[in-house]
Amino acid sequence: MENLLWIFVSAVLVNNFVLTYFLGLCPFLGVSNSLETSFRLGLATTFVMLVTAICAWILNTYILIHAPYLRLICFIVVIASTVQFIEMLIKKLSPALFRAMGIFLPLITTNCAILGLAIFATNRGYGFWEGIIYALGAGVGFTLAMVLLAGLREESELSSIPRLIQGTAMNLIIAGILSMAFMGFAGLFSST
Amino acid sequence: MKKNESYEEFIKGVWRDNPVFAQVLGMCPMLAVTNSAINAVAMGMATLFVLVGSSFLVSSFRNWIPKQVRISCFIIIIATFVTIADYTLLALVPKVHKELGAFIPLIVANCLILGRQEAFASRYPTRLAVMDAIGMAVGFLVALLSLGIVREILGDGALFGVKLFSENFEPWVIMILPPGGFLTLGVILLFFNWFKFKKDEFLEEVAEAERSGN
Amino acid sequence: MTDVTNKQTPAPGSMRLVLTLAIAGLISGIAIIGIYESTLPTITANKARELREAVFKVLPGVTQMQALVYRDGELVTVDAPDKDEPVVYGGYDDAREFVGYAMPAAGPGFQDTIAILYGYKPEEKQVVGMEVLESRETPGLGDKIYKDAVWVAGFSALSVEPEIVAVKKGTKSNPNEIDAITGATISSKAVVRIINEAHTAWSGKLPPPDAEPPLRETEPANTEAGQ
Repeated sequence: MENLLWIFVSAVLVNNFVLTYFLGLCPFLGVSNSLETSFRLGLATTFVMLVTAICAWILNTYILIHAPYLRLICFIVVIASTVQFIEMLIKKLSPALFRAMGIFLPLITTNCAILGLAIFATNRGYGFWEGIIYALGAGVGFTLAMVLLAGLREESELSSIPRLIQGTAMNLIIAGILSMAFMGFAGLFSST
Repeated sequence: MKKNESYEEFIKGVWRDNPVFAQVLGMCPMLAVTNSAINAVAMGMATLFVLVGSSFLVSSFRNWIPKQVRISCFIIIIATFVTIADYTLLALVPKVHKELGAFIPLIVANCLILGRQEAFASRYPTRLAVMDAIGMAVGFLVALLSLGIVREILGDGALFGVKLFSENFEPWVIMILPPGGFLTLGVILLFFNWFKFKKDEFLEEVAEAERSGN
Repeated sequence: MTDVTNKQTPAPGSMRLVLTLAIAGLISGIAIIGIYESTLPTITANKARELREAVFKVLPGVTQMQALVYRDGELVTVDAPDKDEPVVYGGYDDAREFVGYAMPAAGPGFQDTIAILYGYKPEEKQVVGMEVLESRETPGLGDKIYKDAVWVAGFSALSVEPEIVAVKKGTKSNPNEIDAITGATISSKAVVRIINEAHTAWSGKLPPPDAEPPLRETEPANTEAGQ
């Protein structure tokens, strides 16, 4: 059983889901123009990840042993259902928030980070608690990356940027620099 | 005339509506698997298989799939093809499968494929849908390859595993690491934008000339 | 096709929706099961061959192997270990004599987890080979743990008494020391640490020398399967 702290910190910093594994790029590049929306989306995604990790563990332990080839379809169905459920929940609890998040909620379903989380956790053979910590770390890492990019984008809104680089090109280059910065976290847990 | 129609659908996916450069879809697998040219090719072929297969089925059955459950049906179809591709790769080329790792099942979450079903395959006849799928997939492959070739040459000094430079070449290792992926794609998009602006400018000038000429 | 006159085609009843999904699921299930069954023999043969090659690499002279697990206080032979059960592989030569153990081990490296297989001879208390199975270490630096052939060869006669120590390059003087890789100190030290930890975990469970489980008489399915 891998050290739980290593799993968490690795998912948030050392092997950040967005900046190291390239997962969750669609929302990362598409939604990060507003700090507040990014944070909320990050929270919603983290919640979906937690639920997915738990369901994935249940599926893996009890059902998928007999039919490993159904793994992908089962995971996708779980993710889609969870997102649907969250949508209904948010709509009921806070219609204002639901309106503010708009189209981005259903888009969580195609967020490769969630499916990626389920697949990685399965491949690494994580148990129940490891899976939960991993999902938490992945969600926090994703939110962190989104918030960082959103902050930078909001700051740069008022500067004059060459026309050529505006848009996705600039976001990608900023992401590249962020990724390089996060590389500095490697070796965080090495014991000499 | 029919032949031209099909060809139109095909070619638009390769350049004008290139899924990565023009539509900015399918990002996730792009950056992850393009650290070498061979990986890029493998991922491109797998995506081609899934996209064409799904489009074929979705388009053939488009009149039978009720609107309310169409997304779920698309996802089931796509997931099936991805699983088939996954096991086939694992059986035929286990080394490549290991390199691509978890990104083969992640083809399911590739917004490009689902997007194509929703936007095109579910509304057009089979032949056109298939040509569109092939075009988009080829465009995707072109994008993957351009990224993979640049990253492998700069980051490893090799192409498809063949060393290009002498021992003295100090590879720019960052290129095969995650930041390299972001930066390369950013720069390529930069060139793409530049090209588009130049073309728009040129067309503007032509239109101006015609207006003032008359 | 607009929503203005949505009464033109009546909305399909729930029965129709469920039926469509059910049929789609059924066809999908059949297709997936079909591909799974048809690729299963090839995939299993590939996996077995990879494992065999790795074991033969880390235990020179070995031509046959079997899986061993620790159950009820002793090391026993199994056909297929349980999913989470730690397993080691016994290596035997042509004369069916025990040669050594091939032990899988894993642990955090510099970037991510490193998984290795190392060969161990209990009689000499020596590591006789090491093969990196999985690593995501930094290309050009950390990946030397499998690309640097000289370093990997350093594991061919490494004493584990009292434990393996990675020392500064060029200062190796004892049989239990191995040079660390310049520029990849952490990755190379991680490999050493992984072996030490695995050795500690297994040393209480291995039988005394000459009491190892003999090679089973069963016809090993995987050496004959496929090609």
